Amino acid sequence: MENSVAYEKATELRLGLPGIDEPAVLSSVKNNKRPLHDEKSGENGKSAQNETAPPSKAQIVGWPPVQSYRKNNFQQAKKSESECGGIYVKVSMDGAPYLRKIDLKVYKGYPELLQVLENMFKFTIGEYSEREGYKGSDYEPTYEDKDGDWMLVGDVPWEMFITSCKRLRIMKGSEARGLSCSGV
Amino acid sequence: MNYFPDEVVEHVFDFITSHKDRNSVSLVCKSWYKIERYSRQRVFIGNCYSITPQRLIARFPGLKSLTLKGKPHFADFNLVPHDWGGFVDPWIKALAKSRIGLEELRLKRMVVSDDSLELLSKSFPNFKSLVLVSCDGFTTDGVAAIAANCRFLRELDLQENEVEDHRGHWLSCFPESCTSLVSLNFACLKGEINLASLERLVARSPNLKSLRLNRVVPLDTLQKLLMRAPQLVDLGIGSYVDDPSSEVFSKLKAVIQLCNSIRSLSGFLEVAPCCMSAIYPICENLTFLNLSYAPGLQGNDLTKLVQHCRKLQRLWILDCIGDKGLGVVASTCKELQELRVFPSDPFDAGNAAVTEEGLVLISAGCPKLNSLLYFCHQMTNAALITVAKNCTNFIRFRLCILDPVKADPVTNQPLDEGFGAIVRSNKSLKRLSLSGLLTDQVFLYIGMYAKKLEMLSIAFAGDSNKGMLYVLNGCKKLRKLEIRDCPFGDVALLEDMGKYETMRSLWMSSCEVTLGACKILAKKMSSLNVEIINESEQLEFSLDDRLLVDKMYLYRTLVGHRKDKPEYVLLL
Repeated sequence: MENSVAYEKATELRLGLPGIDEPAVLSSVKNNKRPLHDEKSGENGKSAQNETAPPSKAQIVGWPPVQSYRKNNFQQAKKSESECGGIYVKVSMDGAPYLRKIDLKVYKGYPELLQVLENMFKFTIGEYSEREGYKGSDYEPTYEDKDGDWMLVGDVPWEMFITSCKRLRIMKGSEARGLSCSGV
Repeated sequence: MNYFPDEVVEHVFDFITSHKDRNSVSLVCKSWYKIERYSRQRVFIGNCYSITPQRLIARFPGLKSLTLKGKPHFADFNLVPHDWGGFVDPWIKALAKSRIGLEELRLKRMVVSDDSLELLSKSFPNFKSLVLVSCDGFTTDGVAAIAANCRFLRELDLQENEVEDHRGHWLSCFPESCTSLVSLNFACLKGEINLASLERLVARSPNLKSLRLNRVVPLDTLQKLLMRAPQLVDLGIGSYVDDPSSEVFSKLKAVIQLCNSIRSLSGFLEVAPCCMSAIYPICENLTFLNLSYAPGLQGNDLTKLVQHCRKLQRLWILDCIGDKGLGVVASTCKELQELRVFPSDPFDAGNAAVTEEGLVLISAGCPKLNSLLYFCHQMTNAALITVAKNCTNFIRFRLCILDPVKADPVTNQPLDEGFGAIVRSNKSLKRLSLSGLLTDQVFLYIGMYAKKLEMLSIAFAGDSNKGMLYVLNGCKKLRKLEIRDCPFGDVALLEDMGKYETMRSLWMSSCEVTLGACKILAKKMSSLNVEIINESEQLEFSLDDRLLVDKMYLYRTLVGHRKDKPEYVLLL
């Protein structure tokens, strides 16, 4: 019975559009029993079955057998990681007539952020040091964290900063100096 | 026993709780059948099309708890078209009309509508428990109806359903008078919920033991909820992202220390790895840990966490834990019974996350292992043979090699010997899923040794009809057989038609079964429904019996053809 597989294959009928020479190719995605493999098998009938080109993995419907709920979840999670709407925070500057908004996710670290702020509000930020905060300028960049406290920008690791920063404020003058002197 | 009055016999039957045993009891004699049916409270129906609700109601007037399953298993992998069937509506309608005092409804792979849920919520005053697994067709409006109307609701458990979220305030629909909740699982809902309502609900539910949150519940709400419910036994965390130096996080760390009843932990749908240390104190007591929906955790994070979980019995995890991580599991989790390793990227062969090495380590380190689901990039016969030597208690063994016909990479041989060893040494095996390059030989082994096998899943395997015949002839306890893309055809299908009456169902897709053979089978066996699912453009079926059938699903039934089949299903 098995020896007649090749013969049966030649005369087999499948549901497919008329007028096509190779119905097997048309239905290859649905009817691919075995994607081609390199192994040469001694068994007869096996190689005769593999006429059609193997579909790439992504084309095999329902493979791997992962629940579609699970698959959808992962695709969503991946999407939200990469295409996340960004972390938009308001930026205010003492004395400026209106606020701005920036996307913290866009920047790779503090230097970039500070540069952007300088450009946006046309001022200069001083040199940062852990001990003394920002020296050499009237302005200090600060932010409000999740607990509602006002913190000096630059003290915590960047990743931690962008998840805890709710808004930015560029403080000016004596208020600013107060923050840097306390050297929190 | 016939000399005892009915009440005595009934009292004895009260101690018999498993469905199988009660079914057996009912077959002994007419008298026992009668006593059993009046006293039966829990019924399990594995295929909703095997019986009608009317007959169910007629036989078991005392029904309190019903479990129903609808679509075939391969529907999970998109092999069954969307509106194939499995509608719960006729069941709920029929039960609502009757005098049945339904208290519990558990559905799997069924289509559930909002109308059905509303009818359910209004028809049974003592309704206590709704469990929906892998269902679809409903929205949060239906959930709201359950919340609003079921006054004594104890359990609302939504597992892995596709639910359309109308962002309604379903949570706020629980009346203030509802204080009976024991279990609430809404992890699969995608939309926003009213956090304040959730807090109030938890606060007024002193019996709450199980709470699984969805992605939108943030860490600070979690902290507040745990303050209200330190007695929780099962917790599913939604979003777990915060600044570890924040006050909220400190509060969370403190309150978690108080939650020493938690035995089961899941979720982490959004997670910042730096926050995981807060969980370590409860890891000591965990028996079930499910991190399979937490893609934000890397191998290191997982390994660090698992090191604290000495009492773990069940672990569901992503393959990014790696073989090394599985080694840590093997040396830490000596009580492990069930392991599921899911692929974090099903289509990426590049990152070979777990291989046969991880599995061998687990088998060597976890003597109590009895249930496995393992997605990996490769497997060897040698590894499987080692696993078979180490583990002889498997009840469930499901191995999925991501490349469908991959041979043993070391020897280039099919994996027949490896799987053969597994079935030979695990005499209690009830469920088996095969993958990799396989010939008829593996089926010979299965037929010979897998005497207790009840469910078998096969894909891209075998050489000829012999393969399928070995299984049908040898596996006397077989109940469910699902096959895709295998060279099994009419000869195998028709050899022993009576066999299918002893099984729940058979699925064959992309095999070599012809329409003619299906017709013969359907004609001969009136107790079977033979369904042909044809999704191609041609709506009319050519009457040519030589046509190969794309998808065939057959199942035994007491009630003949179903009336709700869609157009593309041909019932022979």
